[in-house]
Amino acid sequence: MSAAKAPPAGAGYHPLLRQLGLQIPAFLCAIFFVGPFLWTVLSSFKTVQEIGAQPPTWLPEVWQWQNYLLVWTTQPFGLWTLNSVLVSVVSTIGLTFASAVTAYAFARFRFPLRNVFFIILLSTLILPREVTLVPLFLLFRDLKWLNTLLPLTVPNLLAVGGNGAFLVFLLRQAIMTIPRDYDEAAKVDGANSAWIFFHIILPLISSALVTAAVFAFLFNWNEFLYPLIFLSDKESYTLPVGLRFFQTFGAESKVSYEHLLMAASTLASLPPVLLFFIGQRYLVQGAVMSGLKS
Amino acid sequence: MTVTIPASTPARPSRFRLSSRTREAIDGYLWLSPWLAGFLIFTLGPLARSLYLSFTSYHAMGSPEWIGWQNYVVAFTGDGQFWPSLGRTFYYSVLLVPAVICGALILALLLNQPLRAGSLYRTAYFLPYVTPVVAIALIWGWILHPQLGIANYLLSQIGIEGPAWLSPRWAIPTLVMMSFWMLVGGSRMVVFLAALRNVPQELYEAARIDGAGKWHSFRYITLPLISPAIFFNLIVTLIAALKVFDIAYMLMIGNQGGIASGSAGFSLYFYVVKLFDHAFSFFEMGYASAMAWIFLVILLCITALQFRWSSWVYYAGEEGEG
Repeated sequence: MSAAKAPPAGAGYHPLLRQLGLQIPAFLCAIFFVGPFLWTVLSSFKTVQEIGAQPPTWLPEVWQWQNYLLVWTTQPFGLWTLNSVLVSVVSTIGLTFASAVTAYAFARFRFPLRNVFFIILLSTLILPREVTLVPLFLLFRDLKWLNTLLPLTVPNLLAVGGNGAFLVFLLRQAIMTIPRDYDEAAKVDGANSAWIFFHIILPLISSALVTAAVFAFLFNWNEFLYPLIFLSDKESYTLPVGLRFFQTFGAESKVSYEHLLMAASTLASLPPVLLFFIGQRYLVQGAVMSGLKS
Repeated sequence: MTVTIPASTPARPSRFRLSSRTREAIDGYLWLSPWLAGFLIFTLGPLARSLYLSFTSYHAMGSPEWIGWQNYVVAFTGDGQFWPSLGRTFYYSVLLVPAVICGALILALLLNQPLRAGSLYRTAYFLPYVTPVVAIALIWGWILHPQLGIANYLLSQIGIEGPAWLSPRWAIPTLVMMSFWMLVGGSRMVVFLAALRNVPQELYEAARIDGAGKWHSFRYITLPLISPAIFFNLIVTLIAALKVFDIAYMLMIGNQGGIASGSAGFSLYFYVVKLFDHAFSFFEMGYASAMAWIFLVILLCITALQFRWSSWVYYAGEEGEG
């Protein structure tokens, strides 16, 4: 993306005045988007009394650092975090690799029904997963997978579903930009398709693989609907369902946990937000690729 | 391949060895097989099972009992919440989708200007998009708390009495606002931004020389050239809006006796929320499956109609770029 290619709008004004006219709306929008986060973080450092005070205080009177310790002891937050980390790491690696394998099949081989399968893959992109919610629940129940992390990981290892289709699509685009001459040259030297995949294709699409991995992590870390259905033991929860449990728990026990809920929300949001700051370039690139090639 | 090749017959390989096309096809299927197996087990199989279950009465125990079209008849004529939940879902979507599309386009236009620290702003706008929806619901639920929330406090400072945001009357507009905040600065804005940067600058130059104003350049150059991006965002956003679940579910507390037993009542009882309620609160798996298939048909029809009415989308014939 090249910068500063915008049309010379408002060319008649003084450049400084023009810049100010852009900065003010841009800054107001930034407050609209970031403000709620700041408010959450500030609230998470207050006492229960202060968090409900009228009029509200902006900065905590005394910073309650222990809120962040209480979160871990009031609820099995550590266990939920561990579950979330497990699911996300396994799913991210598995989904990215499986998507690359599938993308390789579609990008490099001619086989009967290839186009049919590709259209099927694309249609799973918009197939609402709500349609298969009930049978999946029954399937995992019969497999005795409920309350384990298997329903949240195994389908990812096979690049199934909308998330898989999205990443396959993304990586297929990337593979198709590699000249076929590279494959052919390796084939002449006696390389088989697996050697070509690991030694030529994967290294050359490494940047697309990072993009795919960033998306895969976000999908899985933030996933709410599936764990809500497949996990009912408190010990097997991932963070989003844990947060939901914490919220209902607070509402039912008539004790205000708002300050701890804010701390828990902050903690649960931290990994995706940090990852976003690090991998922003890749995320934006992926969103652009998916949008422009529709 | 365990084809034994006699060492002395290299002259006629075709009779004993697979042709290169066949080998390529076998190889291709080998690479495709993980996804194919997954598709059959976790997508196609469940899809078929859900179609079958939709014609049965099944309460998660024992075996399903075939009842023909009864679930569908009940949905269309007997279930008092079926049409209202569908209506709510469309009301929410009709409010949300145009707002998100216009909002994302405006943000992209702003960021496309020679704005100092533009990438910093882009980061700020994108932030809600990567945050867990559960956290977003908790954050906004707290901000919009009728008595203790900061939103109504700020409104009171400028002399406005803020409403009870999640009361039946305000719940859907409130949810639209939350979803707008969550979606508008995310991938949709980035898609628009990329499309805007792909518009050739010469066209604007030419238009300016011809005396076209800013509005005319936007209307007759920018809009047609980014129409594929608008179309893409429209389809993606509408489908996402019709499937609204996570954020509504989080705002409805009331697990005993179904989701709608909470304080928000039926005001956020959207279609998928209702489907979930039937399946996993009441264990009416057959009825939930019928609702799922009705939903699938509705989404297919809407998407097909969008493609049918897509003559306004202008493709500049830029195949294979990216």
